[in-house]
Amino acid sequence: MAATPDWPLYEIFIRARGGLDHKHVGSVHATDAAMALEHARDVYTRRQEGISIWVVRSTDIVASDPGDAAALFEPARDKIYRHPTFYDIPPEVKTL
Amino acid sequence: MTAAAPPAAAGDSGAHFDYLLQLADTSLVLGQRLGEVVGHAPALEEELGLANIALDLIGQARLLLAYAGEHEGRGRDEDQLAMLRTPDEFRNLVLAEQPNGDFACTVVRQVLVDAWQLELYDALQGSRDAHLRAIAAKSRKETAYHFQYSSHWLVRLGDGTAESHARARRALEQLWPYTREMFDEQAADRELAERGIAPSAASLEAGWTTRIEGVLREATLALPPQVPYRWHGRRGIHSEHLGYLLAEMQVLQRTYPGAQW
Repeated sequence: MAATPDWPLYEIFIRARGGLDHKHVGSVHATDAAMALEHARDVYTRRQEGISIWVVRSTDIVASDPGDAAALFEPARDKIYRHPTFYDIPPEVKTL
Repeated sequence: MTAAAPPAAAGDSGAHFDYLLQLADTSLVLGQRLGEVVGHAPALEEELGLANIALDLIGQARLLLAYAGEHEGRGRDEDQLAMLRTPDEFRNLVLAEQPNGDFACTVVRQVLVDAWQLELYDALQGSRDAHLRAIAAKSRKETAYHFQYSSHWLVRLGDGTAESHARARRALEQLWPYTREMFDEQAADRELAERGIAPSAASLEAGWTTRIEGVLREATLALPPQVPYRWHGRRGIHSEHLGYLLAEMQVLQRTYPGAQW
């Protein structure tokens, strides 16, 4: 097989069942979005993994900088009152 | 399901069995050809795409051959029909056995066959043979995707660079003469059409042409001129390529008869 062609990368998101969210499953190379959908179908839904596919150009995704993780996420660490763990849950409520 | 099929005996000249072989062999041989691409496709994603199509086609062939064996009633199963027949006993379109060539060739061959199978499977929805109708209904869904895949590629190649356009045009001109066979009406075709089992071969031409013209227009490719010569793969007269293809496909069963794994 030839080296990976000079095609842009697309990130693939698949909805496994109705009611669930699309989840990131991987990426494919393709010349355009229509081809990316076909490639995603061929690569990631061979075993009935999904009922809907989203494709997004990888370069269109803006990601947070791992170097900023301390500033972004650590301040939440000691704010345990933001978790709904201090409430008495009525017995009628089965799941929360 | 087979109980609903018309009985093999009364009035059947063998045309029904032969017709099932024609459909099965085109799928089988084309599937085998596409399998050759594995390990050689231009990209990992295309390799998986073509392998998926190959597996769909081989799956169709299995259903059709199993049914053909049952219909024949001589105890031959799908494996025996696939692996122990000689080239002149194969009934596939000569187009299906043509070599993969460059990627444009593989794509053009696929578009031409996919469009034909779409018309065929649609028409078979009206067959009096319930088993064949069920196989066609399943195959129709697979073929719709095959055609989408192959026609999108032909548009990209034809309406792409000067190089890809030239290759697509060359492939189209090279493979076009093999398409006439699809619509060549034989006595057996007329018999099956009269019995309501299969559409007449010629009746598929209008729909096929419309589909192909649509794709070629979008791909900025011209419809090649007709040629008078007819191939007759459906009657067992093949190009030199089928023998080599079958030699590779059948080598294991021929070398170790009855081998299983």
